[in-house]
Amino acid sequence: MSFLYTDSLRKEFGGVIAVSDVDFKVEKGSITGLIGPNGAGKTTLFNNITGLDTPTEGCVFFKGMDITNLASYKITRLGIARTFQNIRLFKEMTVFENVMIGRHFKGTHPHLTKNSFINAFLGLIYVKKEEKDIYENSLKWLKFLGLENLHSELAKNLPYGKQRGLEIARALATEPELLFLDEPAAGMNPFETDELMKLIKKIKNLGITIVLIEHDMKLVMNICDNITVLNYGKKIAEGNPKEIQNNPLVIEAYLGKSE
Amino acid sequence: MINFILLLVIYIGIYSILSLSLNLIAGYTGLLSLCHAAFFGIGAYTTAILMTGAKLDFWSAMLISGVISSLFGILIGLPTLRLKGDYLAIATLGFGEIVRNLMINWDSLTRGPMGINNIPSPNILGFKLIPSQKWQYVILVWLFVIIIFFILNRIMHSRFGRALSAINDDEIAALAMGINTTKYKIISFSIGAFFAGIAGSLFAVFNQSVSPNTFDFMLSIMILCMVVLGGMGNYLAVIVGTVIIVTAGELPRLLGFSNVIPPQTNQILFGLILVLMMIYRPQGILGRKRLDFGKIIQNSIKKEV
Repeated sequence: MSFLYTDSLRKEFGGVIAVSDVDFKVEKGSITGLIGPNGAGKTTLFNNITGLDTPTEGCVFFKGMDITNLASYKITRLGIARTFQNIRLFKEMTVFENVMIGRHFKGTHPHLTKNSFINAFLGLIYVKKEEKDIYENSLKWLKFLGLENLHSELAKNLPYGKQRGLEIARALATEPELLFLDEPAAGMNPFETDELMKLIKKIKNLGITIVLIEHDMKLVMNICDNITVLNYGKKIAEGNPKEIQNNPLVIEAYLGKSE
Repeated sequence: MINFILLLVIYIGIYSILSLSLNLIAGYTGLLSLCHAAFFGIGAYTTAILMTGAKLDFWSAMLISGVISSLFGILIGLPTLRLKGDYLAIATLGFGEIVRNLMINWDSLTRGPMGINNIPSPNILGFKLIPSQKWQYVILVWLFVIIIFFILNRIMHSRFGRALSAINDDEIAALAMGINTTKYKIISFSIGAFFAGIAGSLFAVFNQSVSPNTFDFMLSIMILCMVVLGGMGNYLAVIVGTVIIVTAGELPRLLGFSNVIPPQTNQILFGLILVLMMIYRPQGILGRKRLDFGKIIQNSIKKEV
C-alpha cells in the first residue's frame, strides 16, 4: 500500500470539474512530480489532500488512515506540510518568528498542559524550556536553508528566492514525513533553480517524502522518481521520467496534436 | 480641581482596560470587533445586579462579571468568527445593539432605561472605599490596569500569542502550520471579553449606578479609536491612545472653557485627530511592537563557533 494515495478523488466547483476521479499515489521516500498544463487541477488536488479544501467525492489515505475530511491543521499535525504557489509567509513577522510558528504544535512539553493559553497565563518554568526548544529547532532549520543571517528581517522584505526558501524552512520546522511543494522554482533564475534542486535532494536524504508541482521540466525530469500528469482534471499518465517523456498523450497535452 | 483630575485618571484607567483588551482582539488577532461596549456593559450590569440584588461582595461579583462577559464572548464568537473583516464587524455591531436593547427592555432584571442605582462601594479586606475619596479608586483601578497589562503582555510573548499574530497575518498559512485557528480566535475573543467585563465591574462600583445608554455603539467606536490612535498591536501605545482621547474629550472642562465651547466640539476634535492620523501615521503613534529575537540568536550562533 502506498504511503499516501487518493481513491478516485473528485472536486467540482459549481459545474466545473477541477479534479476528475484521480487516483494519485506517493511512495515512501520518493520524490513524486505532479505536472500538467495550467489549469489542469494540480493545486486543487494539493488543496484537497492537505485539507484546505474538501473533495466532492473520493478519499485520501495517509499511512493507511483516512484523512479525507480532517481539518487542515490536524493533517499538518499528522506529518504533512506544504508550501504555497503564491507565497504565503507571515509577512509582518520576522524570518525567525515565521519558522517558530512552524514549531508551534511541536513545542508541547510533556509537563505542560496541552493548552498553550493556560501555560501563557501561568508562566510556568517549563514554558522557558519549551521556548528554548523552539528557538533551537527553529535556528536549526534556518541554518539548513542558509537563512540564519537574515533572522531579524521582516519576511516581506526578503528577496523572492529567499521567501521561497523561508517557506520551505517553515514547512520543515513542522517535521513532516511528507512535504508538498507547490511550484518551488517559479520565478527563479537557472542558478537558483540549481540550488533548489540540491536542496530538494538534501531534504529527501533526511527521509522526507516529497511531492512537487513544477513547470520547470529540467528540474522535474532530473530529480523525480515518479511523475503523474494531469490534464483537464484527469490523470493522463503515470510513470518514471523516461516513460513520461515518451508518452504520446503527454506530448499531445503539452504541444498539441499534429494535424 | 484636584478631584476632577483624579476623576479623569480613574476614567483613563477604566478605558485603558477596555482598550488593552480590545487590542488583544483587534490589534493582535486582527478581528475587527465592534461590540466591546457590550462586553463592558454586561460586566457592569452583572456586578450591579449581583451587588444590589444578591448582596454579593465585590470580588465575587467582579469575577462572575468577567466570566459571564467571556461566556458571551464565546457565544457570539462561535457563529461569527468564521466571518472575516467587514462581515465580522457588522455581526459584532449587531450583537452590541442586541445587548443594549436587552438592557433597555428587560425591565424585571435591568430596570430598563432607569438603570440600577445605589450600587454599594466595594469592601476590600475590611476596608470600605468611600466614593468621595477618589484616590482610593485611583489605586484600585490602576492596580487592575497594571495587572492586566502584565497578563496580556505575558500572553503576547508566549507561543499562544505568536499563534495569534500568525492568524492575523495569514490565516490559511496558520492553518497549514497546524494551528487550530477557530479555537484560537475564540479564546482571544473570550479573554478580551473577560477583561472588558472586569472593566465594567470597576465602572459599576465607581459610578455607583449603571444605565443602558452608557454602553452604546459610540463607546465601542471610541475604544477602537484609542487602539488605532495609539498603535494596533502595542499595549503601551494603546494606553497612550486612551490618555489622549479621554483627555481631549475633557479638555474644555479641564481648561475651564466648558461654558464657552460646547461639548459637541469633542467629536469634531476626535474626527480631526483620526483623519490626520490615518493620513500621516496610519500605524498609530507608536506603531506595532515587534519582538526581537536577534540577541538570542546571535548568542546561540556565537556559542557554536
